Amino acid sequence: MSGSNVVVIGAGVTGLSTAWWLARSGASVTVLDKGVVGWEASSRNGGGASHYHSPLFQEEQRLWPMMDELLGYPTEYQRGRVIAAMTEKQLTHYHYMADMFLELGYAVDRIDPHQAIAFSPLLSDANLGGIHLHFGGHANPQRTVQAYAWATQDLGGRILQNTPALRLVAEGDRVTGVETAQGLIGCDAVVVAAGPQTAVLLAGIGIDLPLSAARAEMIITEPAPLMPVGGVDGNGLYGRQTLRGNLAYGGGPHEWLDTGPGSPPRPTSPLSRNLARRVAVLFPKAAKLRVIRSWAGVVENTPDGRPVLDRVHGNVTIGVMSGVGFGLSPASGHALRDLVMDGQCSFAEIGKLKLDRFQGLAPDWREQRGWFPAALA
Amino acid sequence: MTIRDAYALDGKLPSPDARFDLVVIGAGPAGTEAAIAGARAGKSVLLVDENPVAPDLMRTDVPLFYGLRMTGAVETPERMLETLLSTNPLLETAFELGVEVLLGTSAWGLYAPQPGLATLPGQLVGLADATRSWLIGFDELVVAAGARDFVLGFPGWDQPGVMGAMALKMLLERYEAFAGRRIVILGSGDLALRTALAALRHGIEVAGLIEVRACVQGNAALAAQVAAAGVPLFAGSVVTRADGGADGVKQVVITGLSGETSIACDTVCLAIAAVPAIELLAAAGARLAVSATRGGHVPMIDAAGLTSLAGVSAIGDCAGIVSAPDSLAYHAEWLAALARGSTGDTIVCQCESVSRADLLGVQPPAYLGARSECMAARNIDTLLADGPPDQDQIKRLTRAGMGLCQGRRCRDQVSLLLAAEAGLAPDAAPFTGYRAPVRPIPLGILADWAEAPGMSDGWDVWFGVPAQWTPYRDIGTEREAMHIAILGGGHI
Ligand SMILES: Cc1cc2nc3c(=O)[nH]c(=O)nc-3n(C[C@H](O)[C@H](O)[C@H](O)COP(=O)(O)OP(=O)(O)OC[C@H]3O[C@@H](n4cnc5c(N)ncnc54)[C@H](O)[C@@H]3O)c2cc1C
Repeated sequence: MSGSNVVVIGAGVTGLSTAWWLARSGASVTVLDKGVVGWEASSRNGGGASHYHSPLFQEEQRLWPMMDELLGYPTEYQRGRVIAAMTEKQLTHYHYMADMFLELGYAVDRIDPHQAIAFSPLLSDANLGGIHLHFGGHANPQRTVQAYAWATQDLGGRILQNTPALRLVAEGDRVTGVETAQGLIGCDAVVVAAGPQTAVLLAGIGIDLPLSAARAEMIITEPAPLMPVGGVDGNGLYGRQTLRGNLAYGGGPHEWLDTGPGSPPRPTSPLSRNLARRVAVLFPKAAKLRVIRSWAGVVENTPDGRPVLDRVHGNVTIGVMSGVGFGLSPASGHALRDLVMDGQCSFAEIGKLKLDRFQGLAPDWREQRGWFPAALA
Repeated sequence: MTIRDAYALDGKLPSPDARFDLVVIGAGPAGTEAAIAGARAGKSVLLVDENPVAPDLMRTDVPLFYGLRMTGAVETPERMLETLLSTNPLLETAFELGVEVLLGTSAWGLYAPQPGLATLPGQLVGLADATRSWLIGFDELVVAAGARDFVLGFPGWDQPGVMGAMALKMLLERYEAFAGRRIVILGSGDLALRTALAALRHGIEVAGLIEVRACVQGNAALAAQVAAAGVPLFAGSVVTRADGGADGVKQVVITGLSGETSIACDTVCLAIAAVPAIELLAAAGARLAVSATRGGHVPMIDAAGLTSLAGVSAIGDCAGIVSAPDSLAYHAEWLAALARGSTGDTIVCQCESVSRADLLGVQPPAYLGARSECMAARNIDTLLADGPPDQDQIKRLTRAGMGLCQGRRCRDQVSLLLAAEAGLAPDAAPFTGYRAPVRPIPLGILADWAEAPGMSDGWDVWFGVPAQWTPYRDIGTEREAMHIAILGGGHI
């Protein structure tokens, strides 16, 4: 399939990593985005890259430390993570996770409160200890998306910003082009990686992808001195210390949204105060640090919270990550490239991520889970 | 059956700690009068003002560009409170009419129910003082937040003694705590002329007005007063640098038709423009417009002053500052002249040490280490080939505007620099949004220490989707149920 024309819809991490992998394999790639590169969840997330449960994880872990060099641009990737407990319940939970990591073959230590503080000195003296992951890590979302985009361009790929895909044009069971306001873009294969909007596009060619979107929020502080391990989760929070020193944290309740074809709404709410409290409890030595921004991003969720990585209709490849897309992106792009070019993933068995697992899903699955927007008063 | 997602925000955001018929943000003349009018009409009224601003915040140039030119007086909040009360006699009237007046209290967030925020229990404004933050509900909210400083950089602007006209006015007239003795003013419009006259009234020496255009820009009568006071105007001139020592500015060097001139001074005051302080409204999602005659980005308001947010109006400077029709072009002329007179290593963003060359090179910060060849080959031109400039994108890549002053000192110059590079007219310059908290608020103060139980109980580190964290190999096996039971939600 080298030399074939592939259109990728969505310049988030998933679409861009796929485009980069395709370009590396000699495909002629065009990426379309309704806005700017990475403008949605891909640049607004926690930067966490520790998704042990995924079949893509080993490949992700192999790739991340090489990504700066492979892409040619900085991603700020840092390996390792500490998860610190502030309650007994959290500690039990984290220990369960550690046992599971060991079983899966990933190195992890239980740590006591002093060890936790040695790794991450801003942690509370009242922490109960936790676990230290020798794997996983975190990177800078915006830098990473931009790095994929630039690396794709360096390999001859085209990125068309502000170019929404309006419709997939199908002939028989193949998609032959993508309609945009600027005209029809013909293709040999299409990758739909439009995040929450993926379902709308697929519905147009009769493919039913069950997806529900929700808004999730984060806050960030002014810089603190760098901790030896800046990837610290715990106390119901996920997040990281950036290499500049800022503490960027999220967690807690989300708000379900209606996502039409346009830009989804992503306001923040007074939840910032609840996040601030949890961060201040986890890092009391940082309680005087000032919060300088909050933001929200929209997360795509499948009914089981697992990605859909599949090729259907002959030449339509679907890449939807269900909220764990940033960290896995080096590997999700590889898997999607494989699906586009070879019809199957070369490095892992991913059959349980196929779309047909949702056959027989109750039509009212959103109502059953309560995954729908509150009524606006 | 329809159920509610236990980990969704629905029903969890707290109700306000108190409610008022009318909340007024900003106790300047416009805000204080609005509060008084409300009280006279029988409304319960809350009037908040962030002054006196905590000295550590002032040192970071929030909310105005103080340039570290405040005296030690600001270190004594009690004294400052007295001064603020005595310099705004209208507050007395407000007190007498039963207005609840909170000074030293900032409004850091305004929240309105909207698509994506349907879980909000009505409109709320977030307040904070030196010890805590809280939420207030209202029927009507009047934003009278005034203006903030319009800041452009030049070599040496990143030292004590370079400040903005709004900060100077505040320090002179409300705080009585300005530390400078001899100032040079940039600009010659009404703002610059008024700034000069105010300084003279307070016994400050004004060593000159620097004007990039060929003649004075402001009202002739004001200009005549300034001239009569013996203040020289250096027209057709631009600052090429400010020199200084440990205490900051000692002299400013200007270049004009007659070559280079040095002027001894301890303060350089940027009075090219003031900008409507729209951050609270913008962060809340109020609709904005760009208007040269109103000073740039302003909230869209109807004849009654109402913004696009129900019950929320804007008055005074934050609703628009009367400006010349070519005001935006004038800003751009200043920027271009300052850029021509300086090298690329001139700092644009002080908080994050981003130079103009870094910004236009779209280069990552130095702490990320050596730049790869590919990285070094990227710049604003390669980025513009992909589409119009996006200030938020460039901010995240270069960090210009990501710092503690929340972009106050660099957002305007970054926007103008990008517009110039992209060949965009000043009214089409890129704009970077505002996000709550619109004042930097310490974690421990922003924190909701009285969090409702529903929030804590319905908290998950992520979405609480039961099957999400099951290791792939265990999916569909009998081990899955065990993982779901333990990992499946409620990671509090
Ligand atoms: C607050 C928050 C924190 C998170 N934390 C983490 C974390 O720590 N670790 C992690 O791994 N994941 C995290 N996530 C999830 C992660 O961000 C997403 O899973 C991931 O970014 C998905 O990437 P994507 O490329 O698939 O989708 P998106 O980023 O949503 O990108 C889809 C793109 O498609 C474009 N698009 C949509 N419709 C069209 C159209 N019709 N035509 C053209 N373009 C279109 C959009 O503009 C968008 O740019 C977090 C998410 C949020 C919001």
